[in-house]
Amino acid sequence: MKLDFDTLNIVLLALMLASAVWAVVTSRLLMAAVGLALTSVVLTLVLFILKAPMAAVFELSVCAGLITVVFISVISLTKSVNDIEAHEIKMKRIKRFIFLPVFLVLAGWLLSVKALHLGSHEALPAESATMQEVLWFTRRFDLIGQILVILAGVFGVIVLFKTKHSVDGETKQ
Amino acid sequence: MSADIATYFQASVVFAILIIITALYCILVSRNLIRILIGLELMTKAVTLLLAIGGYVSNRMALAQTFIITLIVIEVVVIAVAAGVVIGSYRHNNDLDAGKMNNLKG
Repeated sequence: MKLDFDTLNIVLLALMLASAVWAVVTSRLLMAAVGLALTSVVLTLVLFILKAPMAAVFELSVCAGLITVVFISVISLTKSVNDIEAHEIKMKRIKRFIFLPVFLVLAGWLLSVKALHLGSHEALPAESATMQEVLWFTRRFDLIGQILVILAGVFGVIVLFKTKHSVDGETKQ
Repeated sequence: MSADIATYFQASVVFAILIIITALYCILVSRNLIRILIGLELMTKAVTLLLAIGGYVSNRMALAQTFIITLIVIEVVVIAVAAGVVIGSYRHNNDLDAGKMNNLKG
């Protein structure tokens, strides 16, 4: 069976929404992190289809890989819940998220029925510059910003995780 | 812009808004700090989708890719620092409940 290009795109978008909802609704934190990674993987496929391979590679390696590792590390560094607590959390989550499907269906219906007026969005003439040229020459200042943000993040993590040594030799975090 | 691309553009915007609604709902009703971070992360996914579809429709995919890469870099730094804050808060309060973080309450 030949799959239509538009059908494939819409299926991927629906899959992305479904995995996002699953990440939010599931009662287990680990499953939520996996759901988030799944959303990133589907977004990677969408980016590949939209002819953005560099962004797709970044999304897959950094968002689906690195950020999932960070989330799983945070989950493993915090306490795990026992079966009774897990059941209570599950019941609370069902109560809290009972309105989410209603909101989603309502918003989806409203947005689908009423055509969005998002400007003319006419296609411009095809750009001749490649992504690398745009990144290194047109948006060079962005790179400086990225470097500064990474440095700020490194200093932030160092400050948050540094250990203090008191006079009596006791180590505090 | 052809009718097919216009339809896909409309569908992408609708799905991105639905993901933003899901993430906002998660941030609003969750008290667990990790879940709030997951909601924040989901919102950036929707913004990435919007940037990509904007670049595709306007024929400026190279520019859109540079914006997406910048967004991913900012996103990963924010998540790393926020994860550090969450762990620090857990060590201090022995709990991840945002409702119990009332040390600065006057």
